[in-house]
Amino acid sequence: MRLFLGFVKKEFYHILRDRRSLFILFGMPIIQILLFGFAITNEINHVNIAIFDHSKDVTTHEIINKISASSYFTINQLINNEKDIESVFKKGKIKAVLIFERDFNKKLITNKSPTVQIIADATDPNTANTISNYINAIIQTYVKEINKDVPVVYQINAQSHMVYNPELKSVFMFVPGVMTVILMLVSAMMTSISITREKELGTMEILLVSPLKPIQVIAGKVIPYVFLSVINAMVIIVLSIFIFKMPVQGSLILLGFESVLFIITALALGILISTISATQQTAMMISLMGLMLPVIILSGFIFPVGSMPLPLQIISNIIPAKWFIIILKAIMLKGVGIMYIWKETLILLAMTLFFIILSTKKYKIRLE
Amino acid sequence: MENVIEAIGLTKSFGAFTAVNAISFHVQKGEIFGFLGANGAGKTTAIKMLIGIANPTSGAAKVAGFDVFTEAESIKRNIGYMSQKFALYDDLTVKENITFFGGIYGLTRAAIKTKTQALIDELNLENVANHLVGSLPLGWKQKISFSVALLHNPKIVFLDEPTGGVDPITRRQFWEMIYKAAHQGTTIFVTTHYMDEAEYCDRVSIMVNGKIEALDTPKNLKKTYKAENMNDVFLKLARG
Amino acid sequence: MSITLNHISKSYKNVQALNDISFNVKAGELFGLIGPDGAGKTTLFRILTTLLTADSGSATVSNFDVVKDYKKIRNSVGYMPGKFSLYQDLTVEENLNFFATIFGTTIKENYDLIKDIYVQIEPFKNRRAGKLSGGMKQKLALCCALIHKPEVLFLDEPTTGVDPVSRKEFWDMLKRLQQTGITILVSTPYMDEAALCDRIAFIQNGSILEIDSPQEIVKHFSKTLYNIRAHNMYQLMESLSHYKHTFSAYPFGEYVHYSDNRMDMNPNELHMYLVSKGLNEIIIEVTQPTIEDTFMALAK
Repeated sequence: MRLFLGFVKKEFYHILRDRRSLFILFGMPIIQILLFGFAITNEINHVNIAIFDHSKDVTTHEIINKISASSYFTINQLINNEKDIESVFKKGKIKAVLIFERDFNKKLITNKSPTVQIIADATDPNTANTISNYINAIIQTYVKEINKDVPVVYQINAQSHMVYNPELKSVFMFVPGVMTVILMLVSAMMTSISITREKELGTMEILLVSPLKPIQVIAGKVIPYVFLSVINAMVIIVLSIFIFKMPVQGSLILLGFESVLFIITALALGILISTISATQQTAMMISLMGLMLPVIILSGFIFPVGSMPLPLQIISNIIPAKWFIIILKAIMLKGVGIMYIWKETLILLAMTLFFIILSTKKYKIRLE
Repeated sequence: MENVIEAIGLTKSFGAFTAVNAISFHVQKGEIFGFLGANGAGKTTAIKMLIGIANPTSGAAKVAGFDVFTEAESIKRNIGYMSQKFALYDDLTVKENITFFGGIYGLTRAAIKTKTQALIDELNLENVANHLVGSLPLGWKQKISFSVALLHNPKIVFLDEPTGGVDPITRRQFWEMIYKAAHQGTTIFVTTHYMDEAEYCDRVSIMVNGKIEALDTPKNLKKTYKAENMNDVFLKLARG
Repeated sequence: MSITLNHISKSYKNVQALNDISFNVKAGELFGLIGPDGAGKTTLFRILTTLLTADSGSATVSNFDVVKDYKKIRNSVGYMPGKFSLYQDLTVEENLNFFATIFGTTIKENYDLIKDIYVQIEPFKNRRAGKLSGGMKQKLALCCALIHKPEVLFLDEPTTGVDPVSRKEFWDMLKRLQQTGITILVSTPYMDEAALCDRIAFIQNGSILEIDSPQEIVKHFSKTLYNIRAHNMYQLMESLSHYKHTFSAYPFGEYVHYSDNRMDMNPNELHMYLVSKGLNEIIIEVTQPTIEDTFMALAK
């Protein structure tokens, strides 16, 4: 045990004396979470729109007032000519044009259902979609308002109600993803680099020719990073709670337990990478290409797994990050307990065991 | 005789530590100059200043007629350099290495071609010309590396421990190459930890703690220090 | 026997690194493995320290088999690999402490063994290993390899790239260590260090050329050897390389060591030849072959 503690102490010296690694360890989570939280967002705010009102009557005025009163839109321009629509889009400032048809009020009163046409600039499809949804919602509210005294007999009203993230805040979606990416990066890349560094320096030769057992070398390498990764996970959660008002509905203890499980998965992957790479550079390349890309692209972090082509959906199942993101979202946003995520947890656990067994099998007691 | 290296009071300090302490010496054209010293005596720092990759703190030096302070770029074009740590690219073939190094010294395509062939003939490399350098024995690498350092006909060649770890026969073949280059007028500035090699030099300087403690022909040094060979001279001096 | 090797062979891909190597090292012996870079010394060390397995043959260290009993060997030997193997970002003291700890001991416990060496680096004990000079690094590495009081010490090229002063100090230390009963197997490319060993093995291209004590090994040099000197070394070497009776001519310090391809050579004849080549101040005298002469003759 004393042997082992001595080893762990040495690992901490390495980490604490290497300024660059320290920065990656602690600077990156903060920068990433802030970047994702502030810069990348699906929400819209003061989007410039133009109005082409053929009617210019009471109703259209009221609707226009409602829209301009919301903080989502700023009415930037009024258009009077069909031809101008294209030119305002080309200038780029206007993201949507609203067209009210002729005799709007008259049609409404005579029960002929007038139409509002929304033309949105879909060069950014997400924004266009959101704009159209928001405008729709405003108009619907208005219609309900004017109809409140009139009993409507036959009407099916689809009411959508967003649960778990009622304000559709994108930061809620990114926090679990960023946390997953960072834990993967810190745990897998850092351990694989730190083990291959010993190979490069030649110190691995001495460690092998010593009474230390391979399992002690591996555990000694891993433990400092478990510790650091847990700190990282806590930093991320604290940041998202206090800066982005991210709720953690479920149990913090469960969240902690699941995080540690995922950290161990990532560390096992890191050890596996170190057994197949001879240099720090290779270890880093494999970690980045082999782990980071799948985590970002296939885990459901950015692109929903459900809308991927079938082969990719199948591949996504072998990516541990996918399951961790599901678990994280379930705990943080839905507030569910282990009863609802035991399946994902079990999958993660099985994967971890598999990686640990594989890497201990592959870990060489000799140089070849 | 023309001096190709002239150093006067050359000094380099790192903070409070003076690595090279006011060394003055000169090296003549075509001379084999042995630059000896214990590890940490300041040899590497001194060489770095002479080849124009480190600025002296004070003092003055001219290498191949150029000032180390103001004309470092001209110095680099007129010298060859070979170190034990970095010589050739292991993942390029012998030919590719020669072409590359010929290229960075601005040799024309035709010149590189003739020089490559001449070098391959001289070192008997026909069979391995297209092999990766990494697969060759160390002694071969060092010989090729030396020839590459001479490709652009430099006035001076700096050799930093060129023969470390090389087998005794190849080591001597290497020195035959050095003699030949010197005979043709190239100045050789060489460091080594083999004291028998110190005897092959025309003149030898021994650095101790940043200063040149002795500088003379091997014969005179042995006489002055009443030593049987250069190893004894070195031990007497460097032990301080 | 402290170390035994029986018909050990090892190849990598298409390179034969070791070819049928057999020899024994007695307990308490200082045994030198002498050969150039690439001769197979490191491979041999790695097989004996259980880091590699041989393709064929068997070997024991302290009577333990290098394959079967590798764990026991790892507990009882000290190893200093060729590449400098200390943690550059740890201080001198931290390095030593670390190696003491992983071998289950403390600096205090075996301080006697390393004292002589450690006092020389103790003033720098709070300096990072990366900032030490070559000679200092070496002493520290030796301390680290010794800290657990090994029965057998493996030193792979400990003095390569080290200046003659530090090398001499290092060998003085080895001699003192030997007094404590430790068996030492050391490799070196420096022939002058061979003379300091009890016995030496010449190794070249994966094969053992000869094994003997330094005093005896020079007897394997069968020809008469001459020291030749003249006013110009380059000219002398050129002339000798064109002399039809030259068997070997190698520069050795201020002389050329010359051997003739005839049994009954007449030095005067050579003298005349050299004069005819324009050389003067010629000296030709019989000399005793050195270990290096012997190595070159055997390796030729």
